[in-house]
Amino acid sequence: MAEAHIAVRELTMAYGSRVIQRDLSFDINRGDIFVIMGGSGCGKSTLLKHLLGLVEPAAGDILYAGDSFVHANANARDVMRRGWGITYQSGGLFSAMTLAENVELPLQLYTDHSPADRAAIIAYKLALVGLDGYQDFYPSEISGGMRKRAALARAIALDPDILFFDEPSAGLDPISSRLLDDLIVQIKESTGATVVMVTHELPSIFGIATNSVYLDAASKTMIAYGNPRELREHSDQPVVRQFLAREASTAAQEKTA
Amino acid sequence: MSQAQPAEFELQVEDRDSAVLTLRGDWVHGREHPDYRELRDELAVISAPELVVDCSALGTWDSVLMAFLLQCYNQCRDENIEFQPRELPEGVQRLLQVATAVQPYKPPAQRRRPWYARLHLGELLRDFLERSRETLAFIGEVSIALWKLLLGRSNTRFVDFRTFCYQAGPNAIAIISLTSVLVGMILAYLGAVQLRQFGAEIYVADLVVIGTLREMGVLMTAVVMAGRTGAAYAAQLGTMQTNEEIDAIVTMGVSPVEFLVVPRILALVVMMPLLTLYANLLGVIGGGIVAGGMGITPLMYMNEGEQALSLVHLNVGLLKSVIFGALIAVAGCRAGMNSGRSSAAVGEAATEAVVIAIVYLIIADAAINIIFQQVGI
Repeated sequence: MAEAHIAVRELTMAYGSRVIQRDLSFDINRGDIFVIMGGSGCGKSTLLKHLLGLVEPAAGDILYAGDSFVHANANARDVMRRGWGITYQSGGLFSAMTLAENVELPLQLYTDHSPADRAAIIAYKLALVGLDGYQDFYPSEISGGMRKRAALARAIALDPDILFFDEPSAGLDPISSRLLDDLIVQIKESTGATVVMVTHELPSIFGIATNSVYLDAASKTMIAYGNPRELREHSDQPVVRQFLAREASTAAQEKTA
Repeated sequence: MSQAQPAEFELQVEDRDSAVLTLRGDWVHGREHPDYRELRDELAVISAPELVVDCSALGTWDSVLMAFLLQCYNQCRDENIEFQPRELPEGVQRLLQVATAVQPYKPPAQRRRPWYARLHLGELLRDFLERSRETLAFIGEVSIALWKLLLGRSNTRFVDFRTFCYQAGPNAIAIISLTSVLVGMILAYLGAVQLRQFGAEIYVADLVVIGTLREMGVLMTAVVMAGRTGAAYAAQLGTMQTNEEIDAIVTMGVSPVEFLVVPRILALVVMMPLLTLYANLLGVIGGGIVAGGMGITPLMYMNEGEQALSLVHLNVGLLKSVIFGALIAVAGCRAGMNSGRSSAAVGEAATEAVVIAIVYLIIADAAINIIFQQVGI
C-alpha cells in the first residue's frame, strides 16, 4: 500500500543567488528505502539538509504525511522531528558522552522511562547494532565502523518512523558496509520505518534501495526517479545509466563537467 | 484505541524439564509494565534446561518488550537455559535475532579502588613530577626549535608569524585600552585615599606612574592576554589535534613545534612589550583622570609624573612583559598540544591554558620583584 510519507513539491534550493537544484518534485512512500543519488557536488547532502530543516528552501514545499514542514512553526517542526532518527556523515555522536549516555539522551528528553528501564532499552538498542557491552566507551575509543553503528543506535532510540542517513557506509570496508545495509533493512522491516539515505555506493543502492531520485549537477534538477535497478536498464537518460553501471564516458564527463 | 490490556508475565514451572514464560497484554511505552528484576529472581532458581517463551496472548509492543526479552535471553544464555520462543510476532522475532547476533562485549574486570586510594601522596608526587617532566620536555623542544630557527634550518613560516602577531597585537588593542585605563584609575583612587591623610595628594602621580610602569600595566596586559590569546592557542591546537591535523604535519616530516608552536610563541613575545607600552600610557592617563577629579591639574600631574618616570621602571616592566608573553604562549601551546581528541578535551585544554598561565604569571612576577628588591633595582 503506497502512501506518500514525504512529499517534495517544486523545491528550489539555493545558497544566496547560487542555485543548487530547482523544481524537485517527488514522493517518498511509507516503508521505502529511498536513495538520493547523483555525482559529487550535485546537492545530495543539501537536499538532505532541506528535508531535515537545517537549511530553508528558496522556494517550494516539503510535506510530511501531508503536513507542510516548510510553513510549520518551530514547535510544530519539533513535534515532527520527534519521529525522526538521523545519523550524520561523521556520526554526530557527542564526543564528551559515553555511548550509553548518547543513546540515553533522547530517551531522557522525550520519555518517562525509569532509569532501570532506560538502561535496559540502551542495552537493547546497542545490542541491535552489535555493541552491547560498550556502554561506557567514549566515541573516540571505538573504531569508525562502530561509531557509525553507535550513531544508528542513537537514531533508533525513540523507534522513529523515518530514518535519515547521510552516507552511511562512507569510509567502511565492504563487509562492514554490507552488514550495516543488512541492519538498516532488518530494522526497517521490523519497525516499518521509512528510510531516506544519501549515498553513491552502488552495492548499497542495488542491494537495498526500493526507490530513488537522481540529481543532475549540469541541468540542476532531478532527471530520474524510480527503482534504481530499473533505472539502470531502462532510464532514458544516458548519464543515469552510466552512473548506475559505473561507466566513464565522454558523454557523462561533458554533462557533469 | 482498543481496550488496553495490562502488561504482565507469568512463569510456570511444569516439571524438571521445562518452564513456560507467558507474556500478556500491551508492552508499550507509557504503560505500566513489570520490572525485569522480578523475573530474574524467579528464573535464577529454576533448574529446567529450557524456557519456552509464549507470546500468543501478546498485544501491542515496542522497545519496552524488546528490552525485556533481550535481558531474558541473555540471562538464559548465561545460565545455559535454552531459550525457546513460541508464537513471537514476526517483527519481535527478527529484531531479537539481530540483537542477539553478536554476544555482548564483556570488558575485562577492573578492580575498583576506594576514593581514598586516590589521595595517595606518593602517587600525587609522581603525577606532579611526571607533569613537570613533560613541561620541561616541551620547553626543551621549543628551545631546540628556536635554535634551529636561529640557524635558519627551521620549518617555521614567516606568514604564520605575521598572522599571529596581528591576532595577538592589533586585535587586542580595544580590550587592553579598556582594562588599562580602568586599572590606572583604580590605582589612583587607592593611593589618593591614603595620601590625602598626609596632604600629599600630588604624589598620586608618582604612585600611578611607578605602579603602572613596573607592575600593573604589564600584569593586567598579561592576564588579559592569557585569557584571550593563551586560551585561543590551546583551543586552536586542541582542535587541530582532534582533526588529525597535527598527525598530518608530523607525517609530512615537519616538527609541529617548529611549524605551530614557535610562530605563536614568537608572536606573543614580540607583541607583549608593545601592548605593555600602550597599556602603560593609557594607565597613566587613567590615573590622571582621577587625579584631575581631586583638584590636581593635568599640568601638575604631568610635572610630578615626569619626575617619577625613569628608564629603569620602564625597562623592568618591559622585561617582565617578554617573560610573561613567553610563559602565556608556552602554557597555551602545551595545553593544546597535549589535548585529548574530543570536544570536551579541547575545552579542558583551554581552561588549563588560562589557569596555568595565570599561576605562572603570579609566581614569575613575585620572583622577579623579590630578585630586583634584593639587587636594588
